[in-house]
Amino acid sequence: MSSIEERVKKIVVEQLGVKEDEVTQNASFVDDLGADSLDTVELVMALEEEFECEIPDEEAEKITTVQQAVDYIKAHVKA
Amino acid sequence: MSKRRVVITGLGILSPVGNDLVTAWNNVVSGVSGIGPITHFDAAGYSTRIAGEVRDFDPTRWIAPKDVKKMDPFIHYGVAASLEAMKDSGLEVTEANAERIGVSVGAGIGGITTIERTSQQLAEGGPRKISPFFVPSTIINMISGHLSIMTGIKGPNLATVTACTTATHNIGLAARLIAYGDADVMVAGGAEYATTGTAIGGFCSARAMSHRNDEPTRASRPWDKDRDGFVLADGAGVVVLEEYEHAKARGARIYAELAGFGMSGDAYHMTSPSENGEGAARCMANALKDAGLNPTDVQYINAHGTSTPAGDLAETQATKTCFGDYAHKVMVSSTKSMTGHLLGAAGGVEAIFSVLAMHHGVVPPTINLDEPGEGCDLDYVPNTARDAQLDIVLSNSFGFGGTNGTLVFRRV
Repeated sequence: MSSIEERVKKIVVEQLGVKEDEVTQNASFVDDLGADSLDTVELVMALEEEFECEIPDEEAEKITTVQQAVDYIKAHVKA
Repeated sequence: MSKRRVVITGLGILSPVGNDLVTAWNNVVSGVSGIGPITHFDAAGYSTRIAGEVRDFDPTRWIAPKDVKKMDPFIHYGVAASLEAMKDSGLEVTEANAERIGVSVGAGIGGITTIERTSQQLAEGGPRKISPFFVPSTIINMISGHLSIMTGIKGPNLATVTACTTATHNIGLAARLIAYGDADVMVAGGAEYATTGTAIGGFCSARAMSHRNDEPTRASRPWDKDRDGFVLADGAGVVVLEEYEHAKARGARIYAELAGFGMSGDAYHMTSPSENGEGAARCMANALKDAGLNPTDVQYINAHGTSTPAGDLAETQATKTCFGDYAHKVMVSSTKSMTGHLLGAAGGVEAIFSVLAMHHGVVPPTINLDEPGEGCDLDYVPNTARDAQLDIVLSNSFGFGGTNGTLVFRRV
């Protein structure tokens, strides 16, 4: 099975329509990957779907980079 | 102040008979039907299992892949046809003219396939499963919204919604905006993607659709004695309307003038035409009056002609009321015999066929008209296209709710 990093990266590529090499660890969804406010909501929904979890809105707002997404999943989801 | 004249300088089409002007036009003058079995969903349990679907359409030809999923297919169709119409017009959007170019492209039903899917997600997963793009991907004015975002046109931005008269009303009202001075150019028309379970099911229950499932290409047969309802179709028809002097100054190709526009309401029934087509007759008369023309000036009417028993007869009666004895001399054909009924896009593709008929001097036929039904005794140009010099052409649209629209095109 792919690592959490790989799975997150794949979702970001799919959801934001960006190239894989653009999705670096510290890339910001909005500032670096061209996401708008609606894109980030849908991105979080896709993460919830992939990792079968529920990310509360107040937590979701804090996930603004690839690394933050990976960290959140690692901390809250049993892989 | 005399009215500013409005001409047509660009055309864009997506339809069951073709996704470009040349293919679609060649098919309708050759009598080729675009109707086939429904592929968009499993229609096995439905009394109607045929439709006119758009084939071989790739939205990424016009829309960035990451944006495709943010739009219902009706928006893909509308945006693609609008961009094609703008390309066809040769008009360049600049900082100087952007605020004088507007858009009015609607739909009859809108994002119903996305509404269906989202309703299921809500039922199965609760409200957190609803996409943030649900609302903007389904509301009807989003073709106009996306087109302005993509091209930078900053003039009037709207979308009229009047069932099967949608595109005709959008074109007519957009022309009024140019005539009044709100804009110099308007991109106008309609789009539809309604070959979905609920829409087909609803029209089936309303007993509005043909059941000729075994002969799809023979199912849409306006005025024929064996007609048994309309055939639903998808697509988009969009035109570029332009103020005459503006078009002339930039050396644009002018297809025709939009010389008149008429409207009326039936005040009669939700889905049935008014008695003897009374509302439709007033609509055509209003359009001729707006154009300052007499009935005898008209050579061809691209009819609403959906292949329903009641509607086809009512339009025939309305034509006789409006045109008197001359009704038997004017050519009346229904391109829906080949395209099926594109609902909110119908008036757009039919405005295009009306304009091309004038441009090429060829009247497209009504196919599948083997034996006219009772009371249907006009010249419906049966089964074979006809060469004719056309100076004035009408296009009719009539919609549920009793909403009517007629466009009048004049040779320039």
